[in-house]
Amino acid sequence: MSSDSSYYVPESSKLPIFMAFGLLLFVLGAGSTINDLGKESSNSYILLMTSFAVIWGVMFVWFSNVINENNKGMYSDQLNQSFVWGMAWFIFSEVMFFFAFFLALGYVRMFSVPWLGGEGEKAITNILWPAFEATWPVMVTPDNETFPGAEKNMNMPGITKLHTWLPFWNTLCLVTSSGTIALAEAALKKGKRAAFKSWMVVTISLGFIFVFLQGLEYYEAYAHMGLTLGAGIYGTTFFLLTGFHGFHVCLGAIILTIMTIRGFGGAFSEHDHFGLAAGSWYWHFVDVVWILLVLVVYVF
Amino acid sequence: MSAVIEGHHDDHHHGPAKGITRWLYTTNHKDIGSLYLWFSFIMLFIGGAMAMVIRAELFEPGSQIVSPEFYNQMVTNHGLIMVFGVIMPAFVGLANWLIPMQIGAPDMALPRLNNLSFWILPAAFGVLLATFFMEGGAPNFGWTFYAPLSTEYAPPTVTYFIFAVHIMGASSIMGSINVITTILNMRAPGMTLMKMPLFVWSWLITAYLLIAVMPVLAGAVTMMLMDIHFGTSFFKAGGGGDPVLFQHIFWFFGHPEVYIMILPAFGIVSHIIETFSRKPIFGYDSMVYAIASIALLSFVVWAHHMFTVGMPIAGELFFMYSTMLIAIPTGVKVFNWLSTMFKGSLTFETPMLFAIAFVALFTIGGLSGLMLAIAPADFQYHDTYFVVAHFHYVLVPGALFSIIAAVYYWLPKWTGYMYDEFMGKTHFWLSFVSVNLTFFPMHFVGLAGMPRRIPDYAMQFADYNMIVSVGAFLFGLSQLLFLYVVLKAIFYGKKATGQVWEGAQGLEWTLDSPPAYHTFETPPNLEAGEAKG
Repeated sequence: MSSDSSYYVPESSKLPIFMAFGLLLFVLGAGSTINDLGKESSNSYILLMTSFAVIWGVMFVWFSNVINENNKGMYSDQLNQSFVWGMAWFIFSEVMFFFAFFLALGYVRMFSVPWLGGEGEKAITNILWPAFEATWPVMVTPDNETFPGAEKNMNMPGITKLHTWLPFWNTLCLVTSSGTIALAEAALKKGKRAAFKSWMVVTISLGFIFVFLQGLEYYEAYAHMGLTLGAGIYGTTFFLLTGFHGFHVCLGAIILTIMTIRGFGGAFSEHDHFGLAAGSWYWHFVDVVWILLVLVVYVF
Repeated sequence: MSAVIEGHHDDHHHGPAKGITRWLYTTNHKDIGSLYLWFSFIMLFIGGAMAMVIRAELFEPGSQIVSPEFYNQMVTNHGLIMVFGVIMPAFVGLANWLIPMQIGAPDMALPRLNNLSFWILPAAFGVLLATFFMEGGAPNFGWTFYAPLSTEYAPPTVTYFIFAVHIMGASSIMGSINVITTILNMRAPGMTLMKMPLFVWSWLITAYLLIAVMPVLAGAVTMMLMDIHFGTSFFKAGGGGDPVLFQHIFWFFGHPEVYIMILPAFGIVSHIIETFSRKPIFGYDSMVYAIASIALLSFVVWAHHMFTVGMPIAGELFFMYSTMLIAIPTGVKVFNWLSTMFKGSLTFETPMLFAIAFVALFTIGGLSGLMLAIAPADFQYHDTYFVVAHFHYVLVPGALFSIIAAVYYWLPKWTGYMYDEFMGKTHFWLSFVSVNLTFFPMHFVGLAGMPRRIPDYAMQFADYNMIVSVGAFLFGLSQLLFLYVVLKAIFYGKKATGQVWEGAQGLEWTLDSPPAYHTFETPPNLEAGEAKG
């Protein structure tokens, strides 16, 4: 049954059960670590760290196996097509994850905050916090003692001060990097390996600059603007949306770094470079999310 | 085609490994299908035992057996286990067993990922059940875990619950990616989309729904985690957030989830009815379009679960009408099933009995759903036993009956042995009578105002509740009979033929019973007429 058209089905594998074990440790480790936050002596973080070690270890072996199997020519075109569908639907699931947070932001801005401010004579909320006035960003929260609002927000300053505004540089980084990775892929397809490698290095550098600037922004928010996770709904949506996006940029940058290292090691051919292509799709995805995010979190 | 298999292969490349490692390391869709189905069966008895505790407590008014706190834990975990641990894994198990055989594929598209999707489930449910023995007890906020019950007032074990839901979601997403990829990429040559068996169609759309909404659930529990432990105010009005936001996000996941638990049932019932009517399904195309319309509509009806929480009148109207629209494609399906049976050469083997009961009883659940969709009427029905009756009618004689029917229908194919028809029919009639005894009176007490999720009730509901409890105990016992029938078939059943059922159509029936460990390693060519689709 080893004709060219046969579909490779691995006989059996120890990887999935180890991965499931890693995830079990993760649930127990993350649950106990977070429940023990603020306690004097707790060593549950050891469990969490162990789970990360297991998960990353299994992923390393798993991806190595897949690469080796591909290099041995065990994968048919049909199987490669399965990877394409798999990655596409995985990215769709990520889109829907972000959708939940965008939905939360939209609902809060369109309904919760105006209603809390007494819109449409919804009397009950006005009785609870009669002084609250609905504005966005919410700088003074309804219960401002428990959730002290931020002193400053992250909104876009006037067009002349654009260069002082970190998200502007961040947008520039990410949009440019989406272009440079396209150039890297195009170079690889033409067999220009030197250009491919250089564009990859440019791309991941821009990615890490983005992460650094985002970190700087968070530092500014906490140190100078009173904008924290506890600063009411504005801080909540700001940090969760930008935070999950930043986390995905980190993941994307790690993926692309690995692809670059593999590229330097001679991996990928003109026609067979799905690992890189998948990483590049992922990178375009975080870019698109960022553009939406800039519009609804920072600009409007 | 490699159809000459006796089941005792020592050839390393074609037979299963020996011992426990076969199940731990397997990448075979048939093994993984069996794992899912047995997992689901075990969870059915665990979740069922919780239902028995609930019904024992409600046997009489007053507080007798368990404390109200424990009662809440029972209600919550009964719901979570039945939804995420029984119905969903059973459908995934059926998908694993059947989709590759029905489309002529050698296995699922991503076999190792497939095994991972399964083994996450015992981990997630192990943690969930372990919370019963932790400080503060198990989750007690209902399976819908509304904030602030699940945030500010939750037991500390909610953190484990959140992460368990995360990995459960990961399992569902990976499983669905696998199903979609298999269906889109692995069909035998000549099997165009509109020639696919309806079970495959129903799963294609279900998998799409799962990938669309499980991440939203992950988002919801992540927001809970942040609110509980990191000071954010998604669901806290004091910070400018809104507890109602939780319900919107939850039901944006929750309503498609409801269809995730019924669409594969539509596929199963279509196959069974056409087989035992000895006629092809009536209106195949309209069946496909109906499933697709139900799936698309499911994204715009979520707030009908929340008519009483406060919504602009335009919202109430929109969600009321959009919900009623769903009756149209669903009606198309019901009438197509009836038309398939019309003038067919009907026989009533056990799978057919369950399938017909499905059509009748699911329709009852659908009609009470229409009543609930009427916003002004829902103000009266909301959170009463009428709602409990409604969703149990679509989930127990609906989804669960379809799974039982599927097991009877395909068990001879999977194991190579026939079940005992007399025992199967006994199981059916016991289940049919007791399921109605359990859930029908709930309509009456619900309309009369008995609230759900409360361990005690007013005296005037006592008689009906006693009947309900008796029905529930009988239904629980009947499922032990089901276990017996399955085990008896596996160990003492008569040999089944490859065709099994006279009227059965489809690629899986062209294989031996049981099929070889690896089937369709070379895809059958449907265009050449090698097998009928």
